Amino acid sequence: MANKLLGTQTIKFNNPPSIVASASIVGPKEGQGPLGKYFDKILNDELWGEKTWEKAESKIMRETINTVLSSANKAPSDINFILAGDLLNQCLSSNYAIRESNIPYFGLYGACSTMTESLALASMIIDGGYADNIICVTSSHFCSAEKQFRFPLELGTQRPLTSQWTVTGSGAVILSSNGNGPFITQATAGKIVDMGIKDANNMGAAMAPAASDTIYRHFEDTGGIPSEYDMVVTGDLGYIGMEITDDILIKLGCRITDRFRDCGAMIYDRERQDTHAGGSGCGCSASVLAGYLYKEILGGNLNRILLVSTGALMSPSSIQQGESIPSIAHAVTIQKTLG
Amino acid sequence: MDYLNAFIVGGVICGVAQILIDKTKLTPARILVLFVTMGALLTGLGVYENLVSIGGAGATIPLTGFGYLLAKGAISDVNTNGLLGALTGGVKAAAGGITAAIFFGYLISLIFRPKAKT
Repeated sequence: MANKLLGTQTIKFNNPPSIVASASIVGPKEGQGPLGKYFDKILNDELWGEKTWEKAESKIMRETINTVLSSANKAPSDINFILAGDLLNQCLSSNYAIRESNIPYFGLYGACSTMTESLALASMIIDGGYADNIICVTSSHFCSAEKQFRFPLELGTQRPLTSQWTVTGSGAVILSSNGNGPFITQATAGKIVDMGIKDANNMGAAMAPAASDTIYRHFEDTGGIPSEYDMVVTGDLGYIGMEITDDILIKLGCRITDRFRDCGAMIYDRERQDTHAGGSGCGCSASVLAGYLYKEILGGNLNRILLVSTGALMSPSSIQQGESIPSIAHAVTIQKTLG
Repeated sequence: MDYLNAFIVGGVICGVAQILIDKTKLTPARILVLFVTMGALLTGLGVYENLVSIGGAGATIPLTGFGYLLAKGAISDVNTNGLLGALTGGVKAAAGGITAAIFFGYLISLIFRPKAKT
């Protein structure tokens, strides 16, 4: 009997895991953004001494893992599993980043929703008593993502105003069965929602129905209300996707407007940084969680948040073949104290 | 006056491309292909030659000029060598441009590294 299941899609953890450490490394553009001071390390250039964008992305993730381990005072041998993912084909960045770590590894692909996907799965593994310490980590890189999903940078294409800027960066947290919080108390698994948007330069609009579906289901399943949260923060809807999501939720009678934020909208300065519709990528919600949100929760400025990473699950082939973009969103409740 | 004409003709051609980028969902790659084929088509119809005589380099430098060269080469090769010229003439006429693009593209790629736009 599944006694931890709430409603149709939500899990309530009886032994909620603690986030005991976080680390984030971001590129120069993210460092110059409004959240710059919250990140552990800001790179001077996107290559970080490597020969390719892909190698640079792996290095960013590898160093983020090293940073989170040392900030938790743990050795790789203390970690039972690592749950990681990124945007590149076959999760290449993660595979190379974790290759030498000797930590058992589950590779995940949820596009930009991967961070909350890994948090939800890691919480289940810990709550179930299968592990004590798990690292959740994701990364993305503007240059490698543009090359794979859109056009090589050498082509110098113009970006339409609906397009989002893939975050160069990585965020990692360690979840532990032992700790004093912040705790992950609930997780809502998302369904794939595809409303037929085909434009890879308008992912916010593609993901908005998935985000609103998961947020709505979360409140239905838990019987909670938005005012119990200090912030409902989506992964990378950007300005356009946020507006659509807010509209859909208002029509469903779920009003989150006053506490609705988006990592992609927060990470860049809209006026100053010319990133158009906002940030995106698995590294977006990961670095904002590990940098800004985690520190705000520890500092007491936020007590309870719903983090909803949003993913556009297209592939380079599906874009070329003109298919629509299947989208997904997973949500986790993070709170400073229990009860 | 030549400079002004080249500026105006070239500018109008690039302006059309910019409108396509802004107002349609066409990807840049498709617009490039469209411009080459449009250049060839307009040359075949005898329209593009007029643009070249007015605008000079303003009409031959944009990508439509590549289509112009392909079509013009094919037509003249058909006149001298018969129907087979339709297959050989285009690339023959454009050989200088193609080789230069590959050669200088290669050189540039050795010297420079791509960067994220800032």
